[in-house]
Amino acid sequence: MNWLTDYVKPKLSSLVTRKEPPSDLWTKCGCGERTLYVSDLKENLNICSYCDYHMNMDVNSRLKNLFGDNAFEFLEVPFENNDPLKFKDLKKYSDRMKDAQKKTDQKDAAILAQGEIGNTKVVVFILDFNFMGGSMGQFVGEAFKIGCQNAIDLNCPFISVASSGGARMQEGIVSLMQLPKTVAAVNLLDQHKIPYISVLTHPTTGGVSASFAMLGDIIIAEKGSMIGFAGKRVIEETIKEQLPEDFQTAEYLLEHGMIDMVVHRKELNQSLSKVLSFVKK
Amino acid sequence: MFYLDFEEKLEKFDIEIQSLIKLSKESDIDVDGKINSIEKKKQIELNRIYSNLSPWQIVKLARHPNRPKTKNFINSIFTQFTPLYGDRLYSEDNAIISGFAFLDKLPVIILGTEKGNDMNTRIKHNFGMAKPEGYRKSQRIMKLASKLNLPLICFIDTSGAYPGKDAEERGQAEAIAQSMKVALNCETPCISVVIGEGGSGGAIALATSDIVIMLSNSIYSVISPEGCSSILWKSSDFAETASNSLKITAKDCLELKIIDQIIEEPVGGAHRHHEKVSSDLKKALVKSIEDLKLLTKDELIRKRNNRYLNYIV
Repeated sequence: MNWLTDYVKPKLSSLVTRKEPPSDLWTKCGCGERTLYVSDLKENLNICSYCDYHMNMDVNSRLKNLFGDNAFEFLEVPFENNDPLKFKDLKKYSDRMKDAQKKTDQKDAAILAQGEIGNTKVVVFILDFNFMGGSMGQFVGEAFKIGCQNAIDLNCPFISVASSGGARMQEGIVSLMQLPKTVAAVNLLDQHKIPYISVLTHPTTGGVSASFAMLGDIIIAEKGSMIGFAGKRVIEETIKEQLPEDFQTAEYLLEHGMIDMVVHRKELNQSLSKVLSFVKK
Repeated sequence: MFYLDFEEKLEKFDIEIQSLIKLSKESDIDVDGKINSIEKKKQIELNRIYSNLSPWQIVKLARHPNRPKTKNFINSIFTQFTPLYGDRLYSEDNAIISGFAFLDKLPVIILGTEKGNDMNTRIKHNFGMAKPEGYRKSQRIMKLASKLNLPLICFIDTSGAYPGKDAEERGQAEAIAQSMKVALNCETPCISVVIGEGGSGGAIALATSDIVIMLSNSIYSVISPEGCSSILWKSSDFAETASNSLKITAKDCLELKIIDQIIEEPVGGAHRHHEKVSSDLKKALVKSIEDLKLLTKDELIRKRNNRYLNYIV
């Protein structure tokens, strides 16, 4: 070893190697092909202006997307995540939670708000994919239930906006219980004849699709979003064949009779207003 | 008999006993004393293994090929099983079996995932992995039980819902979600028993009940330990660690109030004591139905919905 290998070489290679762009300025499009300027993307509702790919939205952008210029207020979810299994994988679950809370500035993966879409008062429940993949644990289940109860109390339609990888594994079997819990909450809506609109966004899979998300009276999916029960990779491994490119897309589900409409994100507010005008209480 | 990796010594003892029996048949050597002493050693070894099973060992027992399956329990607990087929929408799905039967003199309706006992039956029942038509058949059967006011008894033994192209095309997610909803609105006592593997959505679709029972060496989980390992540990080598973290044993589930009762399997497991486990399970089913029959239809549905709606750890 000498100064040539120890000092000069790293200096040279640092000059030659391509640096990754700072992540807060640039981001990759979900299609995997283009690099996009973050502020442009934000202005365009997180839709790629080249390929129209709908990327995940943070909660605040989603609220704006849903309510437009109308005012809304947050509804409280009086529940603190208590790490029911004291779970640890490569990292402690409690640490993962803290990281996600810092990253998103949210308590957990779901929020509740009430306001008017078009001219109709609604309660909305939104899953945040940026918070541990929008996964459903006790907090999310409880938030969904409280959202339904609020809609019943206010006698107004209930809207859920899903984006989730499914149940939160770090809560083990407790997370599986959130499936019947949210289904029982949908049951409450039925009993009180409260209209329930389920909006599916990219991605909606596993325990979330297999519970409240597929039980909407009306189901709307965002253009191009991936919706299904099992993951594409698991299916390919099981059946040992390649799946069609549009497999599990919103358009594919529409064709197979699983949802009512596929909408562009820019038209979501309009489509919701239209549906709400029929089901208004 | 299939021996699990931690049952190596038991296999040796059984082979010794078999050869001694053979010897005694071929000659007039008295082998009873020798057999007795091996039987004693075997019992000690059985006690040693089964008194302190780890979650990972329980996973292996829950998947044991010789473990009694849904059909075995139907035959040992009920009489006059009369199968009912089809979802009336698309197809029959052999992964879920259903039908009328008598529990002593009481008519009931049975629903359950069936894994099969040998290669042919495993293929026939798709290894207990149901497709949407299976869950839609389940909904039909639940509604029938509700209409006829017959207690519904569900057996669960599945690694999960089938992950396939056709299953997704026909709405696997919706079928599972809807099954829970129909079960929650069933106007008759609903009892579910996890007899082997209670795998995630495929299990909860049939386990949204008034009383949920588990056999002591069965498991109930949101994801298989192997799946959890590859997702959270980014490697398939941590399945055993994951099985400890996920709280999948009957004891864990009872502590977490996810289930109501455990049927203790005798030392050696259900695959060695099918009759005893069946008779204990039968008693539990009879008692559960008696208890639930005291409730009105409205009370049943309200309690069942609240059980899940208010579930918090």
